[in-house]
Amino acid sequence: MRGTRVLLAGAASLALMLTACTTDAPEGSPDADGGNGEGNGSLAPDAEWFDQAEFDAQLAQRGMTPEGPDDEPWLQAIEPDWIDTSDFAIDDPEEATVCFSNASVSNPWRVTGFITMEQQVEALVDEGRIGDFRVSDAADDDNQQISDIQAFVDAGDCDAIIISPSTTATLTPAVETACDSGVPVIVFDRGVNSDCMVTFIHPIGGYAYGADAADFLVENLEPGSTVLALRILPGVDVLEHRWAAAQQIFGDSELEVLGFEFTGGDGAAIKDLVSQHLQRGSVDGIWMDAGDGAVAGLEAFEDAGQPYPVIAGEDELSFMRKWDEEGLTAVAPVYSNFQWRTPVIAAGMILAGEEVPSEWILPQEPIRQDELGDYLDLNSDMPSLHYAKFGGEDLPGFPEAWTDR
Amino acid sequence: MTTDTRLPDHRSPRRRSGGLLSPLRSGTGTVTVLLVLIFVVIATQNPSFFEGPPLMAFAKKAAPLVILAIGQYLVIVSGEFDLSVGSLVGAQVVIAARLIDGDEAMTFPVIGLMLLFGLLVGLVNGLVTTLLKVPSIITTLGTMLILFGAVRYWTGGAPTGALSENFRVFGRHGLDGVPLLGQLPWALVIAAVLTVGAVALMRSPYGRSLMATGDNDTAAAFSGVRVWRVRTLAFVGSSLMATVAAILIGGFAGVTAQVGQGLEFTAITAVVLGGVVLGGGRGTVVAAVLGALTVEALFTLFNQLYLPSTIQPTAQGLIIIAAVAYASRRGDLRLPERLRRRPAHPTEQPLDSSRR
Repeated sequence: MRGTRVLLAGAASLALMLTACTTDAPEGSPDADGGNGEGNGSLAPDAEWFDQAEFDAQLAQRGMTPEGPDDEPWLQAIEPDWIDTSDFAIDDPEEATVCFSNASVSNPWRVTGFITMEQQVEALVDEGRIGDFRVSDAADDDNQQISDIQAFVDAGDCDAIIISPSTTATLTPAVETACDSGVPVIVFDRGVNSDCMVTFIHPIGGYAYGADAADFLVENLEPGSTVLALRILPGVDVLEHRWAAAQQIFGDSELEVLGFEFTGGDGAAIKDLVSQHLQRGSVDGIWMDAGDGAVAGLEAFEDAGQPYPVIAGEDELSFMRKWDEEGLTAVAPVYSNFQWRTPVIAAGMILAGEEVPSEWILPQEPIRQDELGDYLDLNSDMPSLHYAKFGGEDLPGFPEAWTDR
Repeated sequence: MTTDTRLPDHRSPRRRSGGLLSPLRSGTGTVTVLLVLIFVVIATQNPSFFEGPPLMAFAKKAAPLVILAIGQYLVIVSGEFDLSVGSLVGAQVVIAARLIDGDEAMTFPVIGLMLLFGLLVGLVNGLVTTLLKVPSIITTLGTMLILFGAVRYWTGGAPTGALSENFRVFGRHGLDGVPLLGQLPWALVIAAVLTVGAVALMRSPYGRSLMATGDNDTAAAFSGVRVWRVRTLAFVGSSLMATVAAILIGGFAGVTAQVGQGLEFTAITAVVLGGVVLGGGRGTVVAAVLGALTVEALFTLFNQLYLPSTIQPTAQGLIIIAAVAYASRRGDLRLPERLRRRPAHPTEQPLDSSRR
């Protein structure tokens, strides 16, 4: 009897789970040859992650010509508001200590960027613009990063503090603590809810990235074609903005979005998810919020004997090499990896009392078919998980620092 | 005594009542029912799932977890845990990519090296646990962190190199042109061979010693089992299985920085879902394999239903707890009190707890 009761309870909870899911799904019953989860009707971006004014601003910034040297995009700035930093100038910058609180090196994009940053430091030390560089790595742990920043403040021997925040809201008080200590603070990559830092350095942003990818699919697919979105994780602002922009653009298009799936950036999960979608029907386009594992997704098409989709990956070389070898219809949106050079350069400028932009918006240009060959040639010795727009070709240690990891 | 009375139970459940329904009364039964239930729901969502090629695609994806579950089964049934397998899979794939670096000629030497490395990791896990008396949950947690950190240090956080096409054959390709199925994946063949091998192993004297050790290591020691050696070999088995799984996973999807992350918990989940009791001494290889298939089927089902990914771990956890609770209730019904573990032998308890 007890067994029967438990079996019934189990069946009931499973039924509950299934009905809960179908409640989430939009109107219209699932069919065998299409997806069922996310039709075009549900493509309104989540209000929490969509800011129309910011979306419009970023899309406009894509077309602006930045100030600064053409061949050094890491020094360029879009619509900069230059501010005076003479209060922070010190007499002997060659003795200065620059401290860097890194969120982590937990993915290839951050690894590539951090190597670029270290090589830039070497160049700055040689030029006598900074003296010492100290790094703490929080391994994606907010609490660890708060304590790392506090330790820099308590030690009192940092002349400038660079912070790449792990998350936005949680790190805001820690960044403000660093500002209160009186040393110049530079924030880059992800932001915080404060403007106490001297400068905030970042590429244009997630909306521009997501829109570059979505626009490409809309332009290169016939109306009525199907698109699958592959995302990494929910809840990270730069990734949510990418998807919100894509939802906005797909919603106005005649493409059918089959759904979106979170993959954790794991190639095996990506390949499995794409394979399952291919079993249920055709997939004509793939939109990704980051290109990690794009090749695994493409292999799912190979293994299923189906033609390659139109795809928006990223400037990771594994994807760009596949694009070249197979002659794909593809684009590589870029979240400019060279931005890792800019914070240490900014530290040197601030310690010399030079003006810097209060918000330093770096250019963010996707790599298109006509530039593919050039970037592959430039990076021919680099490992497959390296990012083409790392911008370190003129730095000391090139190419060994990036090839011999 | 305890061991003697219980052994026929695990070895051949069919003997008890002889009927076809008897496996349904064990943990194997629960997981089979759950697996069938999930397959039925998948079929309602995607009727083509049971045609040859989609089913083979499922098998190809599930094979590495099946193999990891077999390894984890060996360790769990001996009364221990192996938390290092996820990190080991990650390390092996990264090592393979770096050493092969796209050179076909390096494929088999590197696979040989991977097996040696797996053997070494298993030996270290086993000897530290059995000879230094470090609880296995700590030993393998340590190994997990050591491997994770060492690989990150070695590669600077992002893997380099590339796997060769020969290496990827095992996880990605198969025997083409098979009627109905289309392609018979090598991964499925390898998983099937290892399952049969593991079933045979558990019926051998070693398997009986392993089961007896997990059930009651003091009694096993008194009856002549060299407990330390039996357990160490279980860890070696687990690490070798993780190495084979790494070859298949790397082959399936290539190198990504995240490969292997969290697989130890998925493997333990699979084994427990198969009704293999934590603490050891009960459960079958087949149940562990069915548990792995169930976990993979569950992932597939979540995907078919477009279940929001944020709720997936919760749903997974609820189903697992419900299934194991159900199985253990059935276990209560199945085993009369006098046959259950923990007989009131006054000397057993302190000895036992000191080990764990």
